[in-house]
This record gives sequence, C-alpha cells and structure tokens, in this order.
Amino acid sequence: IHMRYCSKSYQNISTLLIANRGEIACRVMRTAKKMGIKTVALFSEPDRNSMHVAMADEAYHIGPAASQESYLRQDKIINIAKKTGAQAIHPGYGFLSENYEFADLCKSEGITFIGPPSSAIKDMGIKSTSKHIMSAAGVPIIEGYHGEDQSDQRLREEAERIGFPIMIKAVRGGGGKGMRISNTAEEFQEQLDSARSEAMKSFGDDVMLVEKFVNTPRHVEVQIFGDHHGNYVYLFERDCSVQRRHQKVIEEAPAPGLTSETRQAIGEAAIRAARAVNYVGAGTVEFIMDEEQNFYFMEMNTRLQVEHPVSEMITDTDLVEWQIKVASGQVLPKKQSDLKINGHSFEARIYAEDPDNNFMPGAGPLHFLETPKPDEFTRVETGVRQNDEVSVHYDPMIAKLVVWSHDRKSALSKLIYSLRQYKIVGLANNISFLDNLASHPEFQNANVHTGFIPQYYDNLFVKKSVDPSVICQSALALLLKRMNDVKKRDAFTPFSDSTLRRVNHDLRRKVLLKKDGADYEICIVPSAKSNVYQVEYENSSFEVEVLPVISNENRLDLNFNIDGVKSKATAVFSQNTINLFSQNGSFVFDVPLPNYTKGSSAAGASSDSAIAPMPGVVDKVHVTEGQEVKEGDRLLVMIAMKMEYVIKSPKDGVIKKIFHKSGDTTSKGTVLVTFEN
Amino acid sequence: SRSSLRCMLHLGRRKICTESSQVIASTIDKSSAEYQENYDSLKNIVDTLKSDVNTIIQGGGPKAVERHLSRGKLLPRERINTLIDEGSSFLELSQLAGHNLYGKDSVPAGGIITGIGRVSGTECLIVCNDPTVKGGTYYPITVKKHLRAQEIARENNLPCIYLVDSGGANLPRQDNVFPDKEHFGRIFYNQASLSAMGIPQIAVVMGSCTAGGAYVPAMADESIIVKNQGTIFLGGPPLVKAATGEDVTDEDLGGADLHCGKSGVTDHYALDDEHALHVARRVVKNLNRSKHMNITIEKPEDPLYPAEELYGIVGSNLKKTYDIRQVIARIVDGSKFDEFKEMYGDTLVTGFSRIWGFPVGIIGNNGVLFSESALKGTHFIELCCQRGIPLLFLQNITGFMVGREAEAGGIAKNGAKMVTAVACAKVPKFTVLIGGSYGAGNYGMCGRAYSPRFLYMWPNSRISVMGGEQAAKVLATVSKMQREREGKTWTDEEEEALKAPIIKKYEKEGHPYYASARLWDDGVIDPTATRDILGLSLSASLNAPVEKTKFGVFRM
Repeated sequence: IHMRYCSKSYQNISTLLIANRGEIACRVMRTAKKMGIKTVALFSEPDRNSMHVAMADEAYHIGPAASQESYLRQDKIINIAKKTGAQAIHPGYGFLSENYEFADLCKSEGITFIGPPSSAIKDMGIKSTSKHIMSAAGVPIIEGYHGEDQSDQRLREEAERIGFPIMIKAVRGGGGKGMRISNTAEEFQEQLDSARSEAMKSFGDDVMLVEKFVNTPRHVEVQIFGDHHGNYVYLFERDCSVQRRHQKVIEEAPAPGLTSETRQAIGEAAIRAARAVNYVGAGTVEFIMDEEQNFYFMEMNTRLQVEHPVSEMITDTDLVEWQIKVASGQVLPKKQSDLKINGHSFEARIYAEDPDNNFMPGAGPLHFLETPKPDEFTRVETGVRQNDEVSVHYDPMIAKLVVWSHDRKSALSKLIYSLRQYKIVGLANNISFLDNLASHPEFQNANVHTGFIPQYYDNLFVKKSVDPSVICQSALALLLKRMNDVKKRDAFTPFSDSTLRRVNHDLRRKVLLKKDGADYEICIVPSAKSNVYQVEYENSSFEVEVLPVISNENRLDLNFNIDGVKSKATAVFSQNTINLFSQNGSFVFDVPLPNYTKGSSAAGASSDSAIAPMPGVVDKVHVTEGQEVKEGDRLLVMIAMKMEYVIKSPKDGVIKKIFHKSGDTTSKGTVLVTFEN
Repeated sequence: SRSSLRCMLHLGRRKICTESSQVIASTIDKSSAEYQENYDSLKNIVDTLKSDVNTIIQGGGPKAVERHLSRGKLLPRERINTLIDEGSSFLELSQLAGHNLYGKDSVPAGGIITGIGRVSGTECLIVCNDPTVKGGTYYPITVKKHLRAQEIARENNLPCIYLVDSGGANLPRQDNVFPDKEHFGRIFYNQASLSAMGIPQIAVVMGSCTAGGAYVPAMADESIIVKNQGTIFLGGPPLVKAATGEDVTDEDLGGADLHCGKSGVTDHYALDDEHALHVARRVVKNLNRSKHMNITIEKPEDPLYPAEELYGIVGSNLKKTYDIRQVIARIVDGSKFDEFKEMYGDTLVTGFSRIWGFPVGIIGNNGVLFSESALKGTHFIELCCQRGIPLLFLQNITGFMVGREAEAGGIAKNGAKMVTAVACAKVPKFTVLIGGSYGAGNYGMCGRAYSPRFLYMWPNSRISVMGGEQAAKVLATVSKMQREREGKTWTDEEEEALKAPIIKKYEKEGHPYYASARLWDDGVIDPTATRDILGLSLSASLNAPVEKTKFGVFRM
C-alpha cells in the first residue's frame, strides 16, 4: 500500500484557489494567510462586494448568481486556477466539495484537489455501496430487511436476526401511518398485523420492511484524518443531535456522556471506515447512537464539515492547515497518541430565518451587526459584515459562533452569554431560538437526541412574554432617538436642553409600539430632573433614569436605572423597527407608521393585496387577473432558499392585478397580487 | 494672552479668582421657622396655579373634547406637540388669558394657545385656535392674545405658524372684536406687514376658516389644508343658500380638494392632522433661516442652589424683605453675578450674569428707589445698551422715595432719567414681577408700558398704582380733610367703611390672575421655572438683531 503513494509527486502549495464563498471561504483563507499562501477567491455577481472577496489576495468574477452558472462551473474554476498559477483548489463544503468528477478533473489538469481521492467520494456518495463497504470492514451498520418475501415467517426471522427492538414500516408509508415498533419477539406478530392493516387502509398496499429501531437516537460523528502515507487519526467525536428538519443547530465536542470505551470504539470504527476506502484528508463518519451507546454507521462525509471548529477547539488543531499539509504530501502533524481531549466546545449556527414563522428563511441587508468580541476561546466564523447582504441565492447562514471552556457547563454558559452579545438587525434570525435551546434544562443536562426540538417544541417556541421594563426601555429609547434626530443648530439652546418642556404643566408623550400583533401604548412624562422620566404602561409606572450614549443616528446605548435597578441595553433602529438588546434577550418592536403614510407602502397593505413573505423567486402563478378566489386558495408559488412557499389568498375576492410572472425575483414585502375592492 | 499667562504664573490662584466671576454665597437659613413658613405659603400658591392651569389645558370640557376627537382630529395641545421638535420646550404664553373675564362664559386660555417652539430647528411663534372652546370663536381677549403673539413675532423676528380651527369672530361680542384698530382686522394687517418684514407666515387649516377667518390662510406665505376637515370660504353654505339659492356642501364650497386643486388658496394637501403638521415642519425646514446672535455665548451652568429655595426666601408676604441677590443666585448660571456699583445706591442691585449661557444685565430691587439708585440704574442701562447685553428687571418695588428731602434731592428728575433709559433701551428687555409693582417704580423697572420683549409675573406678586392700604389711606385722608373743611365729623367707623372696599378692590385688581386674564403680562409662572423661561425668552429674542440705542434727553 505504501508503494502506491510513494510513486506520487506532490506539489508545494504557494497559491490556493478557494472554490467557495461565505464563511468557509474566509475560514480557509485565514489559515492560508497564516501559512504564507497566496489566496485566490471567486465571486458570483451578487457576491462582488462580499467579505471573502475583500479578504482574498486576488478575486475573480465567475458568473451570475445561480450556482450552476458560477460556483459550480468546473471549467471556469480550472481556468482561473491555471491563470493564477494556483497549485491547489480548496472546495470548502457544499458546492463542488463532494463532486468526484471535479476531483478527477483537477487531477487530470495537474491541480491538487484538497480532499479525498475521487474513488472515496464516489463510494461514500452512494448509500447502499457505503453500507456494504462498512459492513465488510466491520463497522456496525443499521441492519434491515427490504426483501420481497413478505411472509410472516420470513419477516419474524429477519427481525430476530436484526435484534429487537425493531421497526416495522410500510414501504409506501409516510407520516407515521403503517409504522409500528416491536420491542420484543412476543409482540412482533401483533404489531405486524396492525401495521399491515393500517397500511392497507391508508395506501392500499401492505408491503413491509423491517429495520433496527433506535430509540431516542443521537447523532454522533467522528472527525477523522488520513494522509498519503497510510496514517489515520481520529480527532474524537462531535454530538450534533439537536437538529431541525435534518439541519444541525447546535453542535458540541466531545459528545457528552460517552464512556472512554465507547469513545475509543467509535473512533476506531471511524478509522476502519476511512481505511476501507483509502481515505485521505479530512472526513467525518456519522453514526447513530442509542441510549446504551450502541452506534451504527450512517454515512461518511468526504469534506471538511461546517462544525469542524468544535473539534479544533478541543484538540488545539487547525484542520485546514492539516488539509493543506496532507494535500502537499506531508505526514499528519499529530499521531493518535498525541491527541487528547481538552475541555469542551459548542458551535451554534446563526441563520437568517424566522423561528416564529416556521423558520422562513430571510435575505437582505444586515443593517446592523455586532458580534461578541472574538478571543482565544470565542470564534465568530462569518462571511458577512454589517451592511452586507444575506443573498437569496445561497445558504442563509450568517455565522457560526464557537466557544470553548474547561467543561461542558462553563462552555454552555459562555455560549448563552455570547449569543446574548450577538446583535443583528435587519433580518429575522434564530438567535433567540438558539438561546432558548441552549438554556433548556434538558439541554443543560445533556439529554440530547435527534427528537429534542420536536419533543420540547412548546418550551422552545414559547412566546417570550414581554416584560414591562423592556417595553418601557424600548419606548424611551424611541423617544430619545426622536429627540436626538431633531438637529440642534445652536451649541446650547434651552429649547432642546431645558427640562422645562411645558409651562406650569407636564408634557405627556404617547409612544406607540407593536409586537406580534399586540399594540403597546406607553406614556412618557419627562421630569424636571434631566435624564429622568416617568414612564407609564398599563397600570404600572416607573421612574426611569437613563443616560443615553449616541454612537450614530441608528444606535443608542442606554444605561438605565428603573426604580432603582440598574441595567444596560442597546437600541438599534431600522426601517420602522426598534431592536432592543438587553440582559433579558433581544426584542423587536414595530413602530407604527403614521396613518397618512399608509396605502402607499407595501408594508401597510393588508386585505387588498397579497405580499411576498420573504425574498425569493416567483415559480408559478396559479391565478389570472379577474379570477374569483376563495380565502386560502393558491395564488402563486415562490422559491426561496431552495424551498417552496405557497402564497395563499388572504380573503375571498376577485384578482385585480398580478404584478409578477414566473421567474421574477421579489424582495420581502413586494405586492404580488391585488384584489378588487 | 502671553501677559495673562504670566499674570497667572505670578499670581497663582489670585489671578484665577479675579478672572472668574463672583459667586453669590447662599445666606439663607433653611431650618428657620420663617423660611419654612415662607416656603409653605408660596409653594401652596404655586400648587394652586398649577392646578388651575391643569384645568385650563383641558380646553372647553369633556363633551367638546370628545366631539373633536371623534372627528379624527388632534387636540390643540397635541397638535403643538406634534408640530414642534420632539421633546423640546414650548414657551406657552398667557395661559390665564380670559380667566374669569366673561362671568359665567368660561374661555380657557382665551380660546387660543400661543407660544414659541422649535420647529425643524427654527424657533417659531405658534398660534393655535382651540375649537373645543366656544368653537374657536374670537372673544375680545382671543383677539388681544392673537395680536400680542404677532407683536412678539414682530419684535423677535419669529416665523409665525397659525393652526387654524375657528368659527371666526364671536358675533354677540362683535363691538369689542371687530371695529377698532386693535381688533380682528389687525390680525391680517399684521400678517401682511410681518410678511413684508420677511417674517414667514404659515397657515395650517385644520378646521373652518369662515368669513374674515378665510384671510388667515389666504394671507399666509404658504398654507396647508386637511382633507375633509379644513374649509375656507367667505360665506358658508347657509349664507350662500340665502344669497344665491345655491345648495352646496362645506367640502365642495371650500374643502381641501377645491382649494389645492382649483382655487389655489392653499398650497399643500394633507390627509389628516398629523400629515398637515408633518408638512408644516417641512415648510419650516425650507425657510432657509439662520439665527445670527451678535453676543457671546458660554456653556450653560446650573445655579449652585436649588430653585425651590426661592419659595422659602420670597414667601407670599410682600411686606417682608429679603436680599434680591439670593433670588439672583437661584436663577443665573453658576450663581455667578458680577455686581456693578455694589456700594452705591444699594436699594437697586445691578450686575452681569448669564442665563442659559446668554449674557444678561440684571437690575433688581432691594428697597425703595432713591436718587442714587435711579442714577445707578441709568448708568447700568447705558452700559448694557452700549455693549448689546440684554436686560433683566426683577421687580419688587413700592416706588420712588417721597418726602421733602427726596424731592429736594431731585428724585423726580433722577427717576425720570431711569425711565428715559428704560424706555429708550433697544436691547431685549425682560421683566419679571417677583413682588410688588407699584406706581412709578413699575415704569422705572420696565413695566408693560415700556415694551419688554416678555413680561412674567410670579403668583405672589401684585400690581397696582399703589398698595391697597396706601390708596385707602390716601382716599380716607382726602375725605377726612373735605369733611373737616365742611365742618362735619369723620368717625373711625366711617373711615373703615370707606377703606374696606377700596382695599378689597385693590387686592382683587392687583392679583396676578386679574392682570394675566387681561393680558397685562405674558404669563404667571412658577418661580422655580423662572430661569428656564428666561432662557427660552432670551433665545427667542435673539432671533432679531440687537439694535443700537439712541437715548432721549436726560434732565441733568
């Protein structure tokens, strides 16, 4: 085996092309720069001014927005690599990272593809093939029977071979229909009959399959690394159980609660898996793990993964550096015996999506962005800056927040603290949701499994009741901003600076705010003492002292003293919203527009039109002008973030005008259809 | 500057001390019974004032307010809150106008709100009808208040914004509203002449402008009208029906669509009150006005002592005396007062201070005016006029000294010098009646007749030709002498019977509410608000350039 590698010649890498965008492109470049390697970036039309372009030593336009015409254009990428003299291409994750044809193309063009051999990508890309290979290599897999023999006898035998508990599932099933769990051999027949009859009723077909059932499964994956010299190490495991619609949300390393035996066993299993396909470079072997810490192979990801930083944090490594070194033929920088777990690390994925609106993805400019202060133990992996745009064309991830501490408990505290330092305005985001998740007692207790989010849905999506002090702070911030917006022409003027607002009586200013459909009416009475206000809301009244620090017209940092309790908050104003970031979390209030502005703006349009709920592309239009529709009828279909959204009629009525045709790109709030009055 | 630096080095602290202003030391004893008694009595009067004003600002009562709101309109004070810069001060004038003036006919604030506020950064004079008060019709006092506001605009070069919502002249009282020089017609005369002076005239039509009222927007430089609310016509639908038989609605006859689209009487179309006020702010923003103040301005400093102590110093008994410097110390920046001629004519205190950073020359009474005090006051007024420093008069004056010695010393001609100086002084003058204001003292200390830019009264003050008891005594003495000439007797009972109603009459007519109701001042104010109100008044007055003074003949 060694001979095979020795015959190869390796290129020294002095120029690296990064065939990706966003945070991972930035991440790769950071290491390349550290290693003294020149970086070449690519950019599509909308990415022209993005962060990864600014970071790169050279950057090349590669095509329009659509990935197929830009980041996936293998020919263009190879041309640019040649033009710039890049010896290697780093594909990041996504896009071409697991495309074996591209790996082959690089090879034939004499360019180093930073990733495994194309054969490994190919083998691991096909589920059934990968299972066979793993099974043969002695890696535990989820056993199942998908055969044509549907006799009771055969199904029972297969179930016994696989081992209970098992799952009996209708091949044509879905939504839990025609699906039963059998925990013991004794109840197998009963459950099989029940599943068959339900399947027959539901689908008119009762063909069953039998599979190992994993109760409350965890998603545990192992970071492995191989070099061209046949060396393999595992950099321990990550737990990525907490998922939403198969998307990882918070990852951590090491996986909590694993015995050292399990840890070693799963690590070695992962190396067997890698070795079985002659793996080279960074890879991840994903396992499903049951409550008894039995684990079964699911799949192998032949790339550097999104969540790789948590492994770096606990092993004090730079996996991109390792990738580059391995690609240039060097041996792995560390042996297995050199690798020890140090502390605990979490990663939270911050997305432009609205958790309160079925995680509807968002896109648009980040009007305001302030991250926790990065340090040795806090990493903010991002590809966007304030005023950058989260593009409708690509993944809506804003950043990965990675923290490290000595143990899980302190690392989790740090994660929550840092999440609350994160301030984003302009786009709906999942920070509050991540906060809820990380703060959940069962998450704190490390009772994680893949059904965590559905199980605790009610706790995680509970509408935070808005504390009256938050309402007061927001209302006061808004009033202070309005006061500040009024330009002072004189250096000192009692008209602005005097606390005597009205002669012989108090000024009472009403402030209106809206949140989640609720209206808040707050009355603010400035007192004779400067910076002191009486704030009245519903039946409560607060004496609030506030020292505002105005850094720019859209941001106020506020030091409050509310009835003797001191607190700090930051208010950021954007497009008729006020975003209050306080120790209680972050809150967005809408500032109602004056009546006279309504009618002319899309935001105010309600019953007489249907508007785009998010930025996207119109896919299909189901109605025509003049058509009569009922409330809830399909009007059109939009595509955003690779997902389909059906725009339904908000009311019974007649379509007056349709403003967009299939293929049009729309921004959030665009009027799509209007109705006759 | 090099020599001053050397001085500082040589003289150390002493130099710094002499360069900085003198600070008035507080000499009051807050623990004394007198202080406490004074405090309680004046505080009590101020509380009553505030509660009276709180009633006044409710306008014409709940029913009228509700009817107004039901039309989707903003209340007049809310209109002002929306018009002026958020959270900024509104220097409201003469809240007590019309107070108990028409018997049972109550006209809170005279049915019109006037004052100075900043709109888009520009200080403006605002005149706002209150349609909840008698439909916004003009009582005689309404006219007077409107005209006074325009006078303030003229003297201080302030753009005028009229928030119009008025039924026009009050017909039953037409003889006191319509025909005379200082009556309704003067409003439009003023609009024309102010506009001619380059003082912008802006009208926002938020309700009816009928007959004469139609001229407010028609004579404005720029006007705004609210759809479905504002109407402008010379004759309303009933009059039209009577005159021509034509049937026509308010809106068709003089609504926003008509006047913005066809007649051109108004320039801007607003959907509602809020919109109209937003447009008005935009109009002001485009006035292209800047304020050039030819004075030095320093960073304002709060006085060293709490304003509330004024209650304990002054009290409500006008017979009690106190040192005026203790009042000054609670009004001026840093309690700093550079006194002039401290040791001469000491019943009049003169000196330089700053209020809200603006320079002022202060003249305050510390007793009866003697010849020396009058000469000192005259000298000081000359200084301020020479230097362009605004003058502040703190009035607490029983009058000029009488008696043979005083007359022989020329008190009449010396007092006349001070009156001449006050009358001719062209620097902005401000007067606050903090105690008594009697006789010629009122003249020498810049009473209403001497055209101070603003004149305010404390609620403990009194104003009349002389004190009530004094007047009663004078009249009693005259009667007694007449009786004696006629050889009749004059009993003590008769004397008391003569004096009592005179004292009562003087007490009633000398009361600040009585004065303010008739617009003899620009408002009764809480003593603790004096500093801020003077600051606002100073700021407003400095919109007009400070003119050079030419004095008349001083009798030597």
